[in-house]
Amino acid sequence: MDIIFVMIAVSILIAVVFFILFIKSVKSGQYDDMYTPSVRMLFEDEFVSEVPKEQKSTSKSINQNQ
Amino acid sequence: MIKEKCFHCGNDCGSKPVVYDSKCFCCNGCKTVYQIFNENDLTCYYDLENNPGKIPEEINGKYNYLDDDKIVEKLYDFKDDASSVITFYIPHIHCSSCIWILENLNKLNPSINSSQVNFPKKEVRVTFNSTTITLKKVVELLSSIGYEPLISLEDATVSKRKIDRTLIYKLGVAGFAFGNIMLLSFPEYFQSDEYWLDRYKPLFRLLIFVMVIPVVFYSASEYFVSAYKGLKHKILNIDVPIVLGIVVLFLRSAYEIFFNIGQGYFDSLAGFVFFLLLGKIFQQQTYSFLSFERDYKSYFPVAVTKIDKDKKEINVAIYDVKKGDRLLIRDKELIPADGILIAGNAEIDYSFVTGESLPVNKNSGDKLFAGGKQLSGAIEMEILQTVSQSYLTQLWSNDVFNTTKTSGIKTLTDSISKRFTIIVLVIAFLAGLYWYFVDVKMVANVVTAVLIVACPCALALSAPFALGNMLRIFGRQKLYLKNVDVIENLSKIDTVIFDKTGTITNSKAKISYQGEPLSTHENVAIKSVLRSSNHPLSRMLYEDIQEEGIEEVSDFKQVIGKGIEGKVNDLTIKIGSAQFVDIAPENSLQTRSYISIGGKVKGNFIFENSYRKGLDVLFNQLKDDFELGILSGDNDGEKEQLQLMLPDNATLIFNKKPADKLKYIKDLQDQGKNVLMIGDGLNDAGALVQSNVGLVVSENINVFSPASDGIVDATHFEFLPKFLKLSKQTLNIIKMSFIVSILYNFIGMLFAVTGNLSPIVAAILMPLSSITIVIFVTLGTNLIAHKK
Repeated sequence: MDIIFVMIAVSILIAVVFFILFIKSVKSGQYDDMYTPSVRMLFEDEFVSEVPKEQKSTSKSINQNQ
Repeated sequence: MIKEKCFHCGNDCGSKPVVYDSKCFCCNGCKTVYQIFNENDLTCYYDLENNPGKIPEEINGKYNYLDDDKIVEKLYDFKDDASSVITFYIPHIHCSSCIWILENLNKLNPSINSSQVNFPKKEVRVTFNSTTITLKKVVELLSSIGYEPLISLEDATVSKRKIDRTLIYKLGVAGFAFGNIMLLSFPEYFQSDEYWLDRYKPLFRLLIFVMVIPVVFYSASEYFVSAYKGLKHKILNIDVPIVLGIVVLFLRSAYEIFFNIGQGYFDSLAGFVFFLLLGKIFQQQTYSFLSFERDYKSYFPVAVTKIDKDKKEINVAIYDVKKGDRLLIRDKELIPADGILIAGNAEIDYSFVTGESLPVNKNSGDKLFAGGKQLSGAIEMEILQTVSQSYLTQLWSNDVFNTTKTSGIKTLTDSISKRFTIIVLVIAFLAGLYWYFVDVKMVANVVTAVLIVACPCALALSAPFALGNMLRIFGRQKLYLKNVDVIENLSKIDTVIFDKTGTITNSKAKISYQGEPLSTHENVAIKSVLRSSNHPLSRMLYEDIQEEGIEEVSDFKQVIGKGIEGKVNDLTIKIGSAQFVDIAPENSLQTRSYISIGGKVKGNFIFENSYRKGLDVLFNQLKDDFELGILSGDNDGEKEQLQLMLPDNATLIFNKKPADKLKYIKDLQDQGKNVLMIGDGLNDAGALVQSNVGLVVSENINVFSPASDGIVDATHFEFLPKFLKLSKQTLNIIKMSFIVSILYNFIGMLFAVTGNLSPIVAAILMPLSSITIVIFVTLGTNLIAHKK
């Protein structure tokens, strides 16, 4: 039954790790703004932004549907 | 005719839209913004939301002062040689497109490193390279795309406040400890004398003890401080019995553990603190997009343009403006101090100050008061008083603004807890006395058990949850209160005082026409001419004319401060002052716009303040329970009209200066009345702070409100009687919940005085009572809110 020492130690340790992560996330300001990130994550990632600019003037209609 | 909406801002484009890239725009400003976005691959802005934009404002020269390092020094969050960080407040932020475009600023200008939006606060934090771009350029960039930041004197004087996160940390610690202690205490509850349990008991108990220490000394520390402060002022506030409970719980449990008597009540202790902090967080509902602390500093500019002796324009910080200085006030700029108009057409909008929505015309030599906003072109003025000595701003030197209002007000919880504490101490003493004669060994046991079980967990939770929930319900009904104490103060109100202009009157003027009747055709022509003008009167009149259709206007001319003219179907149409249409001005206090068609004066439109919808009903509902009054800074021209609506015993007072208003409220309070002041402008600021509860009525809650206890959206103004009734009922619910909570205490007390309070009973009873109370008050408040 000595295994219980190890188990208690591990369980407390895991709890402490999560606790530290929580404190860290609060400290980094994660809970200061609860709304904006929920919108931000829905924006498309724009890999196309490197497309040369000339293309645009010739194909405006495509751009609109971007 | 199909009504085409502007692709950028959603305004009506009229019959002659500006077409670019096969899209319609209402004006060149909107087209330009689209062009900027189009050239930078940012048209995604228009995909996220329909017509998200705003017409960019003219800003030439307005931000010149931003080049002066000394003036702007305090605006920065952080600044070193290479990069600068600054937070702007941008009122226009309202949708996901706004977030998207503002976080892509670096695509518009590579010198901007990054930008991050805080949507609830309507703020954007911009990091930029200060060697390649100046602050002025950043602000101009934002303004050019329709996101003009609001930079006020407050930004430059108040040091940036740090966000206080201690409560979250404390709750985190308490929650962590509560959960783990619960887990470790569990085996012992079954009281089986198993071999392995006996073996590990000391370890479990030690771990529990280690975890409870931060709960008592860190998470609960606020209660110790508050109880100490209360005792120092000889007040038995609710925190006194709480601290008593915590200390007794802690000491007795520690004693039990170290002398191997029992497992102690540490799980109850951690749970108790956890629930208390949870209540505290719950009542801390804040509306971060609103500010309840604003004074004139939030509206006054950081710097103004001074004209020196050699006619050169220089920027001076606003506090350096001296008597005799000549200032240049540009279009849409604020007058920072009292003075005399020297040159230019002054048309001053005093809505910030008085709530009066119609602009006032001034001639050179007239006195201008601080707080007015110039509407038509640039003017020059000479300063008579420094900023802090002006008619409006000297109000803030009154002591009321330096004292906090809530201190000294006894809350319901505190007054109950006083009796509660005394009763508990008496019971503990009597129980101790009884056991002293029966069994001396039991005395300490029983006394501590009484103190533990009497710990007013439920009592302390009912107010935060009831008031916190009510605060949210009010928020949904567009009444935004500063904190939960306001609800309690609202329930005690017996006198309601209204400001007149802007509070009980609409910002939309009632427009009537007198003179030769106008034909439909003429109305359409007038409307078409009005469409090209940005003047507030033109906009109001434009919206008031019902006739549909827009005709082509040629030769449009706007004479600043006088009027507008244009040709429709070869007929010259003039709209403006009497002088403008060449007739003798009539002597009247009303604002009028004269119409001349083809050189012949047809008549005039009269702009009048109209009362808010449902005002008489509102007065009727209030008159039985409250004393009513009107406190106005205007003349008594509308006295008779108001008397008709108000009950006979109502007081009507006119011609009051801002400081007089404050004094009037104070006099009422000295007569023992609890006053609710309802106002809207900066001239009410003193009265709002002095009153027991100061509410602000606002047409647009994001734009403007003086310091107050709460802001009510103008569209929900008529629900005021309901709000007052609800706050009274909320207090009744709290009182009812006290009975429930005392019932629980009574049951616990039975266990305690008989010496039967085992840890497991405490561990069940305490959370159970807390949860019952929370459910009771939440359901109760929701119920009264849904009842009509």
